[in-house]
Amino acid sequence: MTTGTAATRVLGVLAIITTAWVVVSAFFLTPADVVQGDSVRIMYAHVPTAWIAYLAFVTTAVASGFSLVRKHRTLGFDRVAGASAEVGVLFMAMTLITGSLWGRITWGTFWQWDPRLTTTLFLFVTYVGYLAIRRVDVDPVRRARRSSVIALLAVLEIPLVHFSVVLWRSLHQEASVLNTDGDVRLDGLMLFTLFSGVVAFTLMFVWLVMHRQRLTALSDLERVVGLDAAISARRAEGVSGIHAT
Amino acid sequence: MNTVLAIARKDLTIEWRTRTLLARVVPFALLVLVLFAVALDSEPLILRAAAGLVWLAMLFATMLLVQRSFDLETADSALDALLGFVSSSSKVFFGKALSLFVQLFSLAVVLVCAAVVLYGARVEGGGVVLLVTVLLTATVGLALVGTLYGVVVANMNGRDSLLPLLALPVLAPLLIGATRATEAAFGSDTIDVSNGWAWAALLAVYAVVFGSAGAAAFAPLAQGDS
Repeated sequence: MTTGTAATRVLGVLAIITTAWVVVSAFFLTPADVVQGDSVRIMYAHVPTAWIAYLAFVTTAVASGFSLVRKHRTLGFDRVAGASAEVGVLFMAMTLITGSLWGRITWGTFWQWDPRLTTTLFLFVTYVGYLAIRRVDVDPVRRARRSSVIALLAVLEIPLVHFSVVLWRSLHQEASVLNTDGDVRLDGLMLFTLFSGVVAFTLMFVWLVMHRQRLTALSDLERVVGLDAAISARRAEGVSGIHAT
Repeated sequence: MNTVLAIARKDLTIEWRTRTLLARVVPFALLVLVLFAVALDSEPLILRAAAGLVWLAMLFATMLLVQRSFDLETADSALDALLGFVSSSSKVFFGKALSLFVQLFSLAVVLVCAAVVLYGARVEGGGVVLLVTVLLTATVGLALVGTLYGVVVANMNGRDSLLPLLALPVLAPLLIGATRATEAAFGSDTIDVSNGWAWAALLAVYAVVFGSAGAAAFAPLAQGDS
């Protein structure tokens, strides 16, 4: 059994082509930055991964909302929410890794307790928790209800975290090192490469989510079918046991 | 309202008879404060960190009390029976939160006294009013969020590790706010009392937000948990 269809195959090929173009352009065609030198090339991966992670978490929140409201389509929306969160956590991890590598080169340190970074870290941990909850419930209906509520609570939590962290840093610390951030001057090709990166990763995101949610559907189905098969196997055993005696 | 009080009184009676808070959670939280002092190993540093350490210990203790509060309910499916008796499930939510609040508030008072004795923290003048306000608003928030995530993980395998993973990121704004405001009440030089009041206001907003969210989310979470 496959989770691929014509649509995912087209998406997959397009994702590979655009990604290949981004790699070639980011490493060979675009110039190094005047201030940051070659380290600016990290940006072509860093910015799109951050964008995809946010897109994924918005998708999860919207799908979770629908999952709670639309009673008869609960499981479908829940599978999309779960698949999207999984891909989101992956991309957010890449955002954090590429970001701290860039920070080490540019700022001389892997991490800064700046509001945006701190909020991102909390966002990451929150969705790791969301995925942990999804793994526990065996019953799909209960999993859908619980994880939808968690995803919606996360929507409530993130602005509060961000607001309090901004307030915390502003009351506490002098100028942040983030000033170098605005120094990047993007020429046409750099901007185009960055934009291609966003397109490539968005295609990859859609492709991954489609496969992942079909995989979840299949494993939910397998659990049901597997249980039925096990019951009828035991029944058959019982019947043949009676005949043997 | 009577239902809310009855549920809270039930939980507090159980607590009074088993003395979990007194015999285990209070000693644990005090131990955390002592261990922090040993780990930091510098008196000016400890005094500077006093407010944050008190609230970190409160967060850890909340995890224990929430587990305890819902282990009582999930044993023998007591929660389902309880939900069958009340007219609205949000009453169960507020009842459990109220009993948790009473326990957490008494713990917070003990821990602040411990910070005064062990860490040399000082509270004077207007700081007292601010401190009491912060203790009230922050423990209300702790109790509400704790109850909400307590019911999320109730009945789950591995809930002991899931609860902190889910609840602690959500409690981060509360930790920041309560720490800053308590620092202001302790007379720190990095933050003044008026800023402390701003943080206390944020804590109140936090409690209202999670109070309403919890009341709304409790029903879909608690149903069909058997």
